[in-house]
Amino acid sequence: MKNRIEGLGGLADPQLFNETLEISKWKQETLLQQLKMMLIIRGAEEKLAEGTVAGKIKCPCHLGIGQEAVAVGVSTNLRSTDRVFGAHRSHSHYLALGGSVEGLFAEVLGRVTGCSKGMGGSMHLYDGARGFMGSVPIVAATIPLAVGAGLAAKMDGRGDVAVGYFGDGAAEEGVLHESLNLASSLNLPVLFVCENNFFASHLHIGLRQPSDSIARFAEAHHIPNEVVDGNDVVAVTGAAARMINRARRGEGPSFLEAVTYRWKGHVGPSDDIDVGVKRNQDLTKWKGRDPVRRLAKAMQEKGFLSAERFSKVQEEVSTFINAAWMKAEQGDFPDQAALLDLVYFRKDEKR
Amino acid sequence: MTTSSLTYGEAILSGFRYLLSNYPEVFVIGQGLWSPWYVGNSMTGLDKEFGQNRIIDSPVSELAVTGAAVGASLCGYRPIVVHPRMDFMILATDQIVNQAAKWSHMFGGQAHASVTVRSIVNRGGEQGAQHSQSLHAWFAHIPGLRVVMPATPEDARDLLIASVLSGDPVLYIDDRWLYEIEQEVSPIVEKNLRTEGPKVIRTGTDCTLVGSSYATQLCVEAAAHLEKQGVSCEIIDLRVVNPLIFDEIISSVEKTRKLCVVDGGWSACGLAGEIIAGICEKTAPSLLESTPVRLTLPDAPAPTSGPLESTYYFQSDDIVAAVLRLVSKRVGELSR
Ligand SMILES: Cc1ncc(C[n+]2csc(CCOP(=O)(O)OP(=O)(O)O)c2C)c(N)n1
Repeated sequence: MKNRIEGLGGLADPQLFNETLEISKWKQETLLQQLKMMLIIRGAEEKLAEGTVAGKIKCPCHLGIGQEAVAVGVSTNLRSTDRVFGAHRSHSHYLALGGSVEGLFAEVLGRVTGCSKGMGGSMHLYDGARGFMGSVPIVAATIPLAVGAGLAAKMDGRGDVAVGYFGDGAAEEGVLHESLNLASSLNLPVLFVCENNFFASHLHIGLRQPSDSIARFAEAHHIPNEVVDGNDVVAVTGAAARMINRARRGEGPSFLEAVTYRWKGHVGPSDDIDVGVKRNQDLTKWKGRDPVRRLAKAMQEKGFLSAERFSKVQEEVSTFINAAWMKAEQGDFPDQAALLDLVYFRKDEKR
Repeated sequence: MTTSSLTYGEAILSGFRYLLSNYPEVFVIGQGLWSPWYVGNSMTGLDKEFGQNRIIDSPVSELAVTGAAVGASLCGYRPIVVHPRMDFMILATDQIVNQAAKWSHMFGGQAHASVTVRSIVNRGGEQGAQHSQSLHAWFAHIPGLRVVMPATPEDARDLLIASVLSGDPVLYIDDRWLYEIEQEVSPIVEKNLRTEGPKVIRTGTDCTLVGSSYATQLCVEAAAHLEKQGVSCEIIDLRVVNPLIFDEIISSVEKTRKLCVVDGGWSACGLAGEIIAGICEKTAPSLLESTPVRLTLPDAPAPTSGPLESTYYFQSDDIVAAVLRLVSKRVGELSR
């Protein structure tokens, strides 16, 4: 595997890596599903932005518009018995596993019909049945949880893997180092996925770290790593496949650094504005690396997708999202009793 | 029912054995598990008996190791993490307080961190400020985290088992100063941690002594001395300090009308204050015949030098003196 720990180089340059995707090795069916999923994620996040502007959503929503290809590429290789942990910007991680859009909306609206029963909001998403084990906003906190899930998977011996998503900012927390060391020492089936979008709230990575490459930490712990264009769903899918297959074969952890960019501010619906930081020029360039457009374009050029079919898919997705929103708004709020009833393991359950 | 005699350390070991033999989903991870010096005789030979895949000696990474245990617990295991000194566990606080304790609530009860964190209090011997702390009150402040402090061999064994089987995140705190205490223990019966709580371990009529862990044993010694001086003490061993069940304490104080709380932590925002506040809130103002007393550590980090240490840690004599003052004075008369 290629190792670019000396720095991201061209991958960090939004003018590069905007060519048509190389999709000839991939099944039309898979690509269409990936495209649809990216549209769903984007549509859902745009809907959340709208709901926030309209004053219907109060909880902080960290939108990942522009970063859809990472979760979609990784999830393409996962099965429901794998275990995935996210962080504060995890709508895509949850949705890409097939998590319910209505469940997400209802959760963000604080309804009991939400994916965390209205107890979590945008920063606490859960879908155990699909392997989404939870996302929490303490930066880096889920990294060791994914290592533990990997330990559990190894003990189970069924070839399942654990995935931990985190950002470049999380690499500044000491627990990343402890977790990489532990996963490497115990040879655990863990895929560490760093979505490097260059920012941690308002601060650029250049002001936070001596290198813009996060995979260098994996290198230090002898963990195989790849750095990919995170806006190229096919590149992410391929790299994740190699890593997940290694883990399933018992060959231990790997580290995927996906270089990407978020189009919105750190939190909330505003375009571009990051707690006092405007990035207009860079953002315009990064939009040239739009993961959705690049896949759609490649599919059209290959003749996998006609222009009409594409508009039809877009329309279907938008109808679906609107319907999910309307249903979510009708959900009830949690019962007051939930406040105390959910603190401990429920009495009516086996123990 | 046949009984056998076990020390506290042996009792913990037998709790581990029971869990590991009967529950394949139990494993243990932490520092020093393959060597005797960190954890005394409480885990001797477990790695040989159950294999090093279930008794995992770990890197010096309290945070990641605790997080890994929490993560495994979310996948159906019942891990026990061992922190050989409670002081070191502070590095793992995020995983205990922010993650494990919150997991059930924030995901609507759909998942539970069924993890037990075993934290050992080990102090004295001139080990100083960073190898001595009993921080149970910090953690007992956290909703969602059960905090268990056994004072006797039977509890050390049975509450360990109950903690691991409870389905909740539990901080199980044992104390090196208790390891040699011996007791006749009954055969193992699985207990439900939800209904385990403070217990009267000695009945008396003149004063209620409340303790936990090692402090309870000091209360037992003190009560024996006090009896010779004609003062009859009732002792309540707290056993589970979060969530705290007050019933036993209330009925005891209703009988004795005097309360002395002994705690191996500090006084500020501490467990002893919590017990006294609870009694004030939950009983009639006229109930107490004397101003309640708490015996805690001086508000200073643990010293290293021997003579300072012997002043720092209270002994049963100090409890005797406090109770004698308490029983001889009326409300408001007590200085301090
Ligand atoms: C332990 C902790 N420290 C600080 C914060 C505040 N915070 C929330 S998100 C964030 C930035 C994280 O950046 P990164 O990991 O790169 O993720 P991104 O927001 O870029 O997706 C910070 C500092 C927090 N939530 N948790």
